[in-house]
Amino acid sequence: MAIITYREALNQALREEMRRDPRVFLMGEEVGLYQGAYKVSQGLLEEFGPKRIIDTPISEAGFTGVGIGAAMVGLRPIIEMMTFNFALVAIDQIVNQAAKILYMSGGQYNVPMVIRGPGGPAHQLAAQHSQSMESYFYHVPGLKIVRPGTPKDAKGLLKSAIRDDDPVIFIESELLYGTKGEVPDGEYTIPLGVGEIKREGRDVTIVAYSTMLLLALQAAEDLEKEGISVEVVDPRTLRPLDTELIIESVRKTNRAVVMESGAGFGGIGTVIGEIISEQAFDYLDAPVERVTGANAPTPYAKNLERAKAPSKERVVAAVKKVLAI
Amino acid sequence: MRTLERKELVDLLRQMLLMRRFEEKCAEMYTMGKIGGFLHLYIGQEAVATGAISVLRPDDYVIASYREHGHALARGCDPGKIMAELFGRADGLCKGKGGSMHLFDKSHNFLGGHAIVAGQIPIGTGAAFASQYEGKDQVTLCFFGDAAVNQGVFHEAFNLAALWHLPIVYICENNRYGMGTAVERATPIKELYRRAEAYGIPGEAVDGMDVLAVRECVGLAVERARRERIPSLIEAKTYRFRGHSMADPGTYRTKEEIEREKQRDPLVLFRNHLTAEAMLKESDWKALEKEVRATVEEAVRYADASPEPPVEWLCTDVYVSER
Repeated sequence: MAIITYREALNQALREEMRRDPRVFLMGEEVGLYQGAYKVSQGLLEEFGPKRIIDTPISEAGFTGVGIGAAMVGLRPIIEMMTFNFALVAIDQIVNQAAKILYMSGGQYNVPMVIRGPGGPAHQLAAQHSQSMESYFYHVPGLKIVRPGTPKDAKGLLKSAIRDDDPVIFIESELLYGTKGEVPDGEYTIPLGVGEIKREGRDVTIVAYSTMLLLALQAAEDLEKEGISVEVVDPRTLRPLDTELIIESVRKTNRAVVMESGAGFGGIGTVIGEIISEQAFDYLDAPVERVTGANAPTPYAKNLERAKAPSKERVVAAVKKVLAI
Repeated sequence: MRTLERKELVDLLRQMLLMRRFEEKCAEMYTMGKIGGFLHLYIGQEAVATGAISVLRPDDYVIASYREHGHALARGCDPGKIMAELFGRADGLCKGKGGSMHLFDKSHNFLGGHAIVAGQIPIGTGAAFASQYEGKDQVTLCFFGDAAVNQGVFHEAFNLAALWHLPIVYICENNRYGMGTAVERATPIKELYRRAEAYGIPGEAVDGMDVLAVRECVGLAVERARRERIPSLIEAKTYRFRGHSMADPGTYRTKEEIEREKQRDPLVLFRNHLTAEAMLKESDWKALEKEVRATVEEAVRYADASPEPPVEWLCTDVYVSER
């Protein structure tokens, strides 16, 4: 086991998959000469050359479409969004084209591509660079959505996403790039659609992913000191969603808190909460509680930004609420 | 371009005639309720797809908009499977899941009909990118209408194709109206081929009612793309004789205008040309008509005989991994 950053883990995944399969290429803004806006593609231009590490103009809809066309005829593109907020410029290509071509063609043409980049709030990036974009995509049949929270998951899931035959939305986080964690030595992959219990507990289940996972783990540690045992379930992939793992945990703890960094109204947490209510209603001792971002654009001011995001205090309060403490 | 033999010329005529009779039948089937949704007919524009696609090799790629029945036929897709798709049947090209606007045929490298205006332009550009990436000498023909040139991705795709020297020929079928909006009401520069200047690539206009002129012009552009990796924009000036879709009230143009344009019916023009060149006798034409009508009738029979797709197919082909 080596301890590396989330950024390095992604870099290793890209490197290994590009060595493994000549059809894989990386395309996006500043991925080559600049070494990546967040240095995820550092050194890749040197190893693979400009044919496979392709700098683009600022043209998200254009190069996302190019990726779709290339994927339809046999290549395996990785399209980098400098931040996932920019994917909104390409949303027609992603939602109307990439997600539907397999279906519209009656199964003839698939689109094996990964669209990846950071999403969610970071450090004072303000309204247009802070959105938790998974909630824009989870509604769309045909897309898979991955939101890894640890270096190990980031590497194993990115490798699986690149090998996957469907379009995969792979959302990283500016806040996680520098975080460190253990990563297995040698070749490994983590299948899409399989979550993981990140901390075992008895009293309450917190469902959290990406940056919210770290917050949940911190809250769980604090609550442990108060004698409250929290189980933290990380779905890792939001579509397909490992509902079995979530339900199993809730049936054990009888209480659930669902977290997400984005605005709560219509967020992915509504779906997870609904699934829990549907499939574990008889096991619940309290209504599902949600801890989400406020229903406002992300503000710039430090104090307002902090107030917009879920905090450890709010997680602790939510856990106590479902425990009726 | 080499001169075509009589047989090849008659093949072009047969192709255009098949498109015409096939779509006249589609209109009839739509009125009978056998075809639903939106039905956009290509009638009047047949010379464009026929001439352009006739220069391709089987391994080249074709991608088009939602007005793509003609392109699919020209590419060699089975008329029965196309009709079955329009009927929403299990034996349709796309198992009845695509419909009129989304015909795809992998066996003919037909990358589909796409129904978001201009949405197919970057995708076609991606197919050309893949050919270049893999060192193959395939060419992509990317068809779209005049209204597509005002969408953002038109610009983005052209910029990328020119920047990366991709082997693609963009064919803008200027039928003078984006739905009900005339070209001059949509863009200040009416010579759409001149858009190419902005990207430093060749742009040319061609008479889209003249199948041989289209063939010549696109043929040169395809060779340029294949050998020199120079993308081109061809503006085929044409006219749609029918409404935008079957639901078109036709309030935006006059009957006189349509009648005037019909004087330049590409099918009649080419038939007259071949007759004048002594390559087509009245009896040849009658034989073609008979043959094509039989093909269309057979397509309808095939589509009628095909069952509806089973309900179990509803959620298949959403993900490869869940097929």
